[in-house]
Amino acid sequence: MSNKDLNINVEYITRVEGHGNIEVDVRKGILKKCQLQIVESPRFFEGMIRGRPLLEAQHITARICGICSVGHTLASIQAAENALSIIPSPQTEKLRKLLLHMEILDSHILHIYLLVLPDLLSVKSFVPLIKTNNAAVRRALRLKKHCNDICEILVGRHIHPISAIVGGFTKLPSPADIDMIAEILLSMKKDMEDTVELLKGLKFPVFERETEYIALVDDSGEYPLLHGDIGSSDGYRIPKENYKEVCNEFIVSHSSAKHTKHHRDSYAVGALARYNLNGYLLHETAKTAADTLGLKQKVTNPYLNTVVQAVECVHCIEDSLAILKNLKDTGIRYDEEIVVGLNEKGIIPVKAGQGIGAVEVPRGLLFHDYTADSNGVITDANCVIPTNQNVNNIEHDMKLLIPRILYKSEDEIRLLLEMLVRAYDPCISCSAHFLDVRFVR
Amino acid sequence: MDKPKIAFFDFACCEGCQLQIANFGEALLDILELVDVVEFREVMSERWDGLLDAAIVEGSITDNHAVERIKKIRQKCKIMIAYGACATIGGVNGMKNSHDPGEIRRYVYKEHYESFDTIPAMAVSDIVSVDYFVHGCPIYPPEFIKVLKSVLLGISYTVPDHAVCQECKLNENVCLFEKGITCLGPITRAGCNSWCINNGNICYGCRGMVKNPNRQGAVDVLKKYGVKLQFIKSRFMMYNTCRELKNE
Repeated sequence: MSNKDLNINVEYITRVEGHGNIEVDVRKGILKKCQLQIVESPRFFEGMIRGRPLLEAQHITARICGICSVGHTLASIQAAENALSIIPSPQTEKLRKLLLHMEILDSHILHIYLLVLPDLLSVKSFVPLIKTNNAAVRRALRLKKHCNDICEILVGRHIHPISAIVGGFTKLPSPADIDMIAEILLSMKKDMEDTVELLKGLKFPVFERETEYIALVDDSGEYPLLHGDIGSSDGYRIPKENYKEVCNEFIVSHSSAKHTKHHRDSYAVGALARYNLNGYLLHETAKTAADTLGLKQKVTNPYLNTVVQAVECVHCIEDSLAILKNLKDTGIRYDEEIVVGLNEKGIIPVKAGQGIGAVEVPRGLLFHDYTADSNGVITDANCVIPTNQNVNNIEHDMKLLIPRILYKSEDEIRLLLEMLVRAYDPCISCSAHFLDVRFVR
Repeated sequence: MDKPKIAFFDFACCEGCQLQIANFGEALLDILELVDVVEFREVMSERWDGLLDAAIVEGSITDNHAVERIKKIRQKCKIMIAYGACATIGGVNGMKNSHDPGEIRRYVYKEHYESFDTIPAMAVSDIVSVDYFVHGCPIYPPEFIKVLKSVLLGISYTVPDHAVCQECKLNENVCLFEKGITCLGPITRAGCNSWCINNGNICYGCRGMVKNPNRQGAVDVLKKYGVKLQFIKSRFMMYNTCRELKNE
């Protein structure tokens, strides 16, 4: 058994966002090669937004990724506002938080039900589940639709939101809209409880590897998603302006892909990292869900990222309801509605400078970094995507995991590796806009 | 009769248009009653090598590998549907075409730039014939349903060829030019129910230009409201660079 030869080549991993391959080579029981290759076509977003106004960046960078378009929108707006010294109003902040909750919820539901669940039920996709687990499929589609409906009320649609721009919102919800959103959220609670029940009954692969976990940390007492410093489970705390110290991109000899590491060989971002750093700040109902799901205070099994996502879903619903209650109590100030127009009349003062946005999006910490000239036109841009930060960590997981499961059949090993990659919910369309790309032809 | 076999494919894009389909909610199950989805990499592990009744394609063609892949897909499908601005008009991917290809590769991928094969971004119809177009960034779900129905009934679908303004008026929006804001509605194809303007934003031209735009009318509007041509051109290039290059 220890002299086993194994060659695994998964071309275009399915049920992940974007195009990636897994390549593993074991000779006489020794792991020679183990890579997660990113083979997405590059789209050059950082290059393309040079020469365009800061106020337009959000519209373009939202298009990096459909599934995280709210996340990119919010990181982009934050970077632009940071560069222009614009401070958003408390009302704007609340609405942005609500919007971000809806995206995290929507994305996690998609991942839990459509991307991960088929593996746990030994089928190839949700399609066979329409017959065998009809209630679960309907629940997933219903939850997703609800998130989308709420985004539609708030910003016109979820994918490439229309009304969220630099400075605030081009339309604001009416009191009836606020009630409607609350009603939809309340109707989701039962489905969310059933989701927790479903996950409780499923068996996830057992594999522990502690790594450095990185997520936003903040002193506001909230589970930090929209604001904060960069925190590490190894005790470091770094202002977002110094994000490059954390990402530390480096080149590995086996690939032209750039990886990231901080103080260890690799680090992880995402739901699990957020939970490990900030779990104590989750809504009580979410904490109860974590207990029900048997999660410890610190989770080091990467396969359980999916389970932690469900806990975050519960939090997002509860915290959204709290935000809505607050908005209802204070009342919406409609004079804050922003008139769009890419500053044709020069109403928003522009200046030269640099701005950084750091936002927790469904898959982890996202950075947008823009430098603009005195006309507010972008001269330099950089986006660091969560999946880029996770690729190196996934490879380190695989290196530890493969020798342990080498006694299994090739099909079983392949499935466990695919499930590992899927657990991180990689968003490869996003990651291909930066350096983590290798072409295998 | 067997249900028609359809497959979804994606090229350079954000995959947001396929998510628009996932957002149909439980209605998606009704659609799946009518068709047999045999391949859809983002949500299915099943693969299909045989002939297809219809291929639904998202994304732009941006490298030589993609050129070959789209040709192969065309060979095995009876009907090709391009959906989303990236596939139908090149969309935001076209913005890279106005940069020097060597320079932009070096800017983003530094010393590794040579590993990244790239060609000017193109719409799907620049390489192969396309039978149905669903424009927009992202697609407007009611229009997608209309197109799908047409495909299943075996009839053609004609993309509206009048300006967004027409729908915008019916939605009783105040014209943005009246508010001193420039909007691409007057030259952009309708069919989205003036989605962005209804939500307080402007039209960015994501559905492409009407075939026979009222050029003089547009120039008059710009003159009346004192908008510089360069300003509107730069905005127009956000989605329409690929078309612009082709028209010249």
